[in-house]
Amino acid sequence: MIQLENVTKTYPKASRPSLDDVSVGIEKGEFVFFIGPSGSGKSTIIKLLLHEVAPTQGKVMVNAKDVTSIRSWKIPHFRRSIGCVFQDFRLLPNRTAYENVAFALEVIGKTKAVSRRVVPEVLELVGLGGKEHRYPHELSGGEQQRVAVARAFVNRPLILLADEPTGNLDPDTSIEIMRLLDRINRTGTTVVMVTHDSNIVNQMRRRVIEIESGRIVRDQARGVYG
Amino acid sequence: MRLKYVLNEVLVGLWRNVTMTVAMIITMAVSLTMLGASVLLYMQVDQMKNFYYGEIEVSIFLRADVTDAQRSAIDSAINANPLVAQKTYETREQALERFQQLWKDSPEFVKSVGPNSLPESFRVKLKDPETYKTFTDQMTGMQGIQDIIDQRALLDKVFNIFNAIQVGALVVAGVMALAALLLVGNTIQVAAYSKRREVAVMKLVGASNWFIQAPFVLEAVVAGIIGAVLGFIFLFVSKIVLLDTKLQALTNILTPIDNGNVWLMLPLLAGVGALVSAATAWITLRFYLKV
Repeated sequence: MIQLENVTKTYPKASRPSLDDVSVGIEKGEFVFFIGPSGSGKSTIIKLLLHEVAPTQGKVMVNAKDVTSIRSWKIPHFRRSIGCVFQDFRLLPNRTAYENVAFALEVIGKTKAVSRRVVPEVLELVGLGGKEHRYPHELSGGEQQRVAVARAFVNRPLILLADEPTGNLDPDTSIEIMRLLDRINRTGTTVVMVTHDSNIVNQMRRRVIEIESGRIVRDQARGVYG
Repeated sequence: MRLKYVLNEVLVGLWRNVTMTVAMIITMAVSLTMLGASVLLYMQVDQMKNFYYGEIEVSIFLRADVTDAQRSAIDSAINANPLVAQKTYETREQALERFQQLWKDSPEFVKSVGPNSLPESFRVKLKDPETYKTFTDQMTGMQGIQDIIDQRALLDKVFNIFNAIQVGALVVAGVMALAALLLVGNTIQVAAYSKRREVAVMKLVGASNWFIQAPFVLEAVVAGIIGAVLGFIFLFVSKIVLLDTKLQALTNILTPIDNGNVWLMLPLLAGVGALVSAATAWITLRFYLKV
């Protein structure tokens, strides 16, 4: 599903590469943690997978496609097969939970009829049944992140990327979000999560890839934070 | 749904920043008015040149004390000249009659001119108006000639004035267009900033580039077209007020401006306004909306 082959990424003006000759493969349906200290290059992986940045060297394959060879005007279409969740939720403050999710569908050309059918369903799935018409400021942090997950998942992506999704949440709420991501993973969606929340990694017991200074130092099935 | 969404975004965008929108429309309107005026003037001068150059005559005015011998010498010199296509002779009485006819709207002025104040003249049409200089040189030495006047020289003076006005209008149009472009750029920048969250989400979920950019570009295009329509209305009203009523006396000299030509300005101005705004908006988005 995801294949990095000898990927090196050096940002302009950076003295050393953020990712240094990294090779890793992730199968369909896997749940993978990328862990490591700040600045280790974890988030660069997410950016590479979304084609927000291009690798300096090496190949990034997503869904059997070489990401770097996608024409720039086709990138939006490519991104529709990837859902994304961030630490800061990135919800639209002037839209309700329902509207936030529907917005994501409608800007990629789905009709209102489709959103009326699909959005309540996915909000129910993330545990926000009955709160569809609340605005983000009327929701707790955990609930806002659920809206973000609903938005990422509503299009039934093959891959869900989560960049520190629990970074702004308290431990209990974090666990709930992890349960939700686990549930989404069970539907067959590949989940790639970048985190430095040791608690969560230890509890989930999933594949852990540790990165330090741009290199993979550990790749362990059913791993812990270490 | 998508069309409705885009149109709604355009209206909301224009209204959100309404002072800027108005400024944008006004500068655009003034710039396009000037452009339209200058194009009309250009067409007008062209038309007048065609009209008048065909009619051009060289007038040889005779001295008041010209003798019959001198007159007939001049007459035969003209007849013998190979450059001449056609010749008429106008007596003082005929000159006066023509004068009275021309200024029949100003009887006071006509009265002030006595039957002897206008000179008799030969009106000569040349085969090629460009040979005026040669012809004049050949005639100048003759006795009894007071003055040789080429209408072309007079017309050229008039046309030079028109050309100067036209260039002036173009310069104003250019300066205003620059101001309009800067305003469009700024408006788009502000719009892109105020919608940065939406744009970020749209990019994230994979909305196509045209879908993200269309509302911004259309916002500028709508403002450009409104500006063009206002400019056109202003142009049309000025044409009616100035030329058809206030300065109607001038229209004896000017060939009339065809309303059809003025109507032609509408698609021209709208096209220029829309195209220029769209291009500016699109280029601005390249910088402020990294899609």
